[in-house]
Amino acid sequence: KIYEPEVHSDRRKWRMRSVSVDLNNDASLVIDIPDALCERDKVKFTVHTKTTLSSFQKPEFSVPRQHEDFIWLHDTIVETEEYAGFIIPPAPPKPDFEGPREKMHKLGEGESSMTKEEYAKMKQELEAEYLAVFKKTVQVHEVFLQRLSSHPMFRKDRNFQIFLEYDQDLSVRRKNAKEMFGGFFKNMVKSADEVLISGVKEVDEFFEQEKNFLLDYSIKIKDATAKAEKMTRSHKNVADDYNHISGALNNTAADNNTAFKNMCVLQKVEDRMASDQELKLTELLRYYTRDIQAAKDLLYRRARALADYENSNKALDKARLKGKDVAQAEENQKQCLQKFDKLSESGKKELTSFKARRVVAFRKNLIEMTELEIKHAKNSVSLLQGSIEILKSN
Amino acid sequence: MAASSERSPPPFPDSEEPELLEDSDEGADAFTGTSISEMDSPSPDSTRPPKDIFNEPPEDIFSDPLSNINPEPQKKVDTKIPSPSSDEAVDLFSEPLDDDSEVMSSPEVQNPMPDLLNEPVEAPKSDVLCEPPVHKNAARQQDFFEDPPKGSNNSSSSVKKAASAELFGDDEDEEDLFKETPKVVTKKPQPSGPPVDVFTEVKSDVKVKPQVKDDPTDMFTEEALTAPAQKPPASSSSSSRTNGVHSEEQDLFSEATVELSLDSPLNDRKKKDAVKPSLSAPAASVASSSSKAPSKTLEELEEEESEDKFDLNISVTNPEKVGDGMNAYMAYKVSTQTSLTMFRSKTFTVRRRFSDFLGLYEKLSEKHSQNGYIVPPPPEKSILGMTKVKVGKEDPSSAEFVERRRAALERYLQRVVCHPSLLQDPDVREFLEKEELPRAVSTQALSGAGFLKMLNKATDAVSKMTIKMNEQDVWFDEKIQDVENEEQHMRKLHVMVESLVNHRKELSGNTAVFAKSVAMLGSSEDNTALSRALSQLAEVEDRIEQLHQEQASNDFFTFSELLADYIRLLGAVKGCFDQRMKAWQRWQDAENMLQKKREAEAKLLWANKPDKLQQAKDEIAEWEAKVTQYEREFERISATVRKEVIRFDKEKARDFKRQIVKYLESLLNSQQQLIKYWEAFLPEAKAIA
Repeated sequence: KIYEPEVHSDRRKWRMRSVSVDLNNDASLVIDIPDALCERDKVKFTVHTKTTLSSFQKPEFSVPRQHEDFIWLHDTIVETEEYAGFIIPPAPPKPDFEGPREKMHKLGEGESSMTKEEYAKMKQELEAEYLAVFKKTVQVHEVFLQRLSSHPMFRKDRNFQIFLEYDQDLSVRRKNAKEMFGGFFKNMVKSADEVLISGVKEVDEFFEQEKNFLLDYSIKIKDATAKAEKMTRSHKNVADDYNHISGALNNTAADNNTAFKNMCVLQKVEDRMASDQELKLTELLRYYTRDIQAAKDLLYRRARALADYENSNKALDKARLKGKDVAQAEENQKQCLQKFDKLSESGKKELTSFKARRVVAFRKNLIEMTELEIKHAKNSVSLLQGSIEILKSN
Repeated sequence: MAASSERSPPPFPDSEEPELLEDSDEGADAFTGTSISEMDSPSPDSTRPPKDIFNEPPEDIFSDPLSNINPEPQKKVDTKIPSPSSDEAVDLFSEPLDDDSEVMSSPEVQNPMPDLLNEPVEAPKSDVLCEPPVHKNAARQQDFFEDPPKGSNNSSSSVKKAASAELFGDDEDEEDLFKETPKVVTKKPQPSGPPVDVFTEVKSDVKVKPQVKDDPTDMFTEEALTAPAQKPPASSSSSSRTNGVHSEEQDLFSEATVELSLDSPLNDRKKKDAVKPSLSAPAASVASSSSKAPSKTLEELEEEESEDKFDLNISVTNPEKVGDGMNAYMAYKVSTQTSLTMFRSKTFTVRRRFSDFLGLYEKLSEKHSQNGYIVPPPPEKSILGMTKVKVGKEDPSSAEFVERRRAALERYLQRVVCHPSLLQDPDVREFLEKEELPRAVSTQALSGAGFLKMLNKATDAVSKMTIKMNEQDVWFDEKIQDVENEEQHMRKLHVMVESLVNHRKELSGNTAVFAKSVAMLGSSEDNTALSRALSQLAEVEDRIEQLHQEQASNDFFTFSELLADYIRLLGAVKGCFDQRMKAWQRWQDAENMLQKKREAEAKLLWANKPDKLQQAKDEIAEWEAKVTQYEREFERISATVRKEVIRFDKEKARDFKRQIVKYLESLLNSQQQLIKYWEAFLPEAKAIA
């Protein structure tokens, strides 16, 4: 019999704390995901919207959405030419329950070889881990929607409004293999193109600077994210070890039970510490890794536009030289310039606000993380002091 | 039981108490179960002594002579429990015979004879004959007996007053008496010999009673505390008393015998109520008690020392590489600080190499482990680690190895000198004091895997023998199981702690890497305040990395090594059980052999071959001596092992508590540091704008 965790079918509710970014500051469109249901490999999010905007039919409504719907929304926005000048909020990553699920499976298999307490403990531990992943997943999806809703342009997007309002299943088609490959191919082309257009001389110092900064920063933050992930993982291992040790100590020294029960709680504190570090720091870094990628995409699009403009200039020169299709070339050149200017303009705005947003988010998360670290460490201290006193007194 | 409720826990570790209580209860049950029906005890107290005697290891010394005196009565009693006085009568009858043989110290033919043939016949007879007088005599004798010694001997009168002193006094008297008995034995031909002997035993019996009135558990410690002080006078007075008694109160002897037999069946039943063939134990008892007496006083002395937490500090420091290449070895400075007079000076230092430590263990183990002592094992030889040290220059892992070994050696030596008997060993003293030690040889056998293999072999042997040995002693039965379980737990725990150490080291490494990465990120950040905060964060993470590293070494040195030590020590404990088992096996083998010899003799008798009879008798005598000797050895080793294990448990509890507190304190310290670091960082984070 394989163990089926209750969480799978359990509805878990929690109050949302926007973690990675400070959003929802505009009361005219407030979105949150108060509830999510996890079924097998699908996660159904309840997307709740409260609005005063007249473009919506009702002031408040909830719809069920799946992860794929979010991806669809992201893709349509990316594909919209109009939005080329904006940093498009990064799509939420696919829910990944493999880790805890695999453990659950192992737990089910090992059920017979474990004592009841050990089993209950493991189960509890796993459920906590599962919940943490679940929470995180919901959060990134929520943040994605909040980013869209807080953006002056995206909030008016038709697809976005459909996504929020349409009360039936969106039943977006999953990407088929060809499209997947197409997406992959597009990325390849983009990367190659990026290299090609990198030779284009930047005309605007702001963008030149911004480009250098983002390139450098994205490498650094990617690295930091990987390192932070590693660190939190090993921290969790340590917490796990505490757990096992406290269990074994309980078996060994029955007389010092209370002291070792504290040890057990200590494990929980350590575990919490690791998870909070993960939530506050690693998630922040992860998010900004993606966000910076989005900003880089914007730069790419602008650089592309610049290259197009330069090409059109060349084409115009050629046309003038040959005296053929001059009007068409002029038109083309004008359009390219327009597009480029527009991209530059909105891009400048976007990048500036991106910077401000990033600083705020880092500040918030670092403060929260620090406070949590202090809180947990204080908890540990009092637990340890208690244990030591108990041990010393008997 | 009243006695058990009186027990005062202090001398024993908490964990021990329940078992002891259980023991005593069982003993008591066994006792009362038979005693009520069979015994009109002359003095109310006499109902208790055997039980208590039984439960306290030192008391075995007393009970030895008593119980061994005559196994036959036991059998008879068993067969005739309904008639209370019958056994007494029987005893009266048969005892003198036995005593004769006993005094001659070589078990006689008379012994086996009643055993095999006469018992059933004899018993009823005596029953008929002697029943009435026995009662009277027993009672009268009691009075008599208690009075004169009281008058003549201080220690025996004090018995009734001060509990501890009295206990001790008895104890001493006992020993002294027994020391003396050999003298008596040599006077065997004299007619007065046997009675005296009997009498001393009776006396011991009587004296046991007051102890029982008293708190039995206290005996252990109190006698230990007072022993050395009172010893010399006791021995002289008791000897004179014995003489006096035996000349003045000749007529009592027969009665005394009755007294004796009253108790002996009880003891016997309890001790070997299983299927033991009767022995001609008296001689053995005399011998064993006499041989035990001095060793016991020694133990008492030691016990006292350990209570004082003797002033002896040993440290192993300054590991130093001596020589080059593969012939290189590490030498350690062994410094001792002590006020013990057994050492020549108060502080001294010697240099020892690792193989010297192993050599010390080998010497100690050779001498002491066969006696049931737990000889603390040294750290294992590590060819890999040592090779690294030999080859590598300044490798951190080899530095860690050296430190780990140094600490392990220090703990090893501390454990050795903590052991009262081992401290007395000349080799230990030599190791600590002597400038030059002869090079230890053949320590190879102890190297790493070899040592483990040896332990495992011992373990296997134990498990095999457990099947054969029908454990009579509940205490041992449970203890062996406990030790087995404990070892399992410890091994499991050790694996976990090792993994904690590794994970924490990993965490430390990852934190360091992350700190660097964050520092880089900070340098790339174009917002000044955020950049500053990030580089501050990097610094915090750097410090935390240090913290993790320190904690990892604390995990290792205070926790993991403790467990490793105790896994090794538990192996040594199991070795002790093994030694006891071996002693038992030897005894049983001898017993079987004796049985065979007796059968052979019976056949000879039947076949009427007097020419070979003498040889058979000689052989029987020889094997009887062996049986008694082996049994004695078994009893002794049992007592020692028991004492050792109790001591070990106590030490272990103390050690663990101390180490775990230390460990938790190290964790506490880490967490406090953590708070400091983060609190310092908080304003930086808030300053981001």
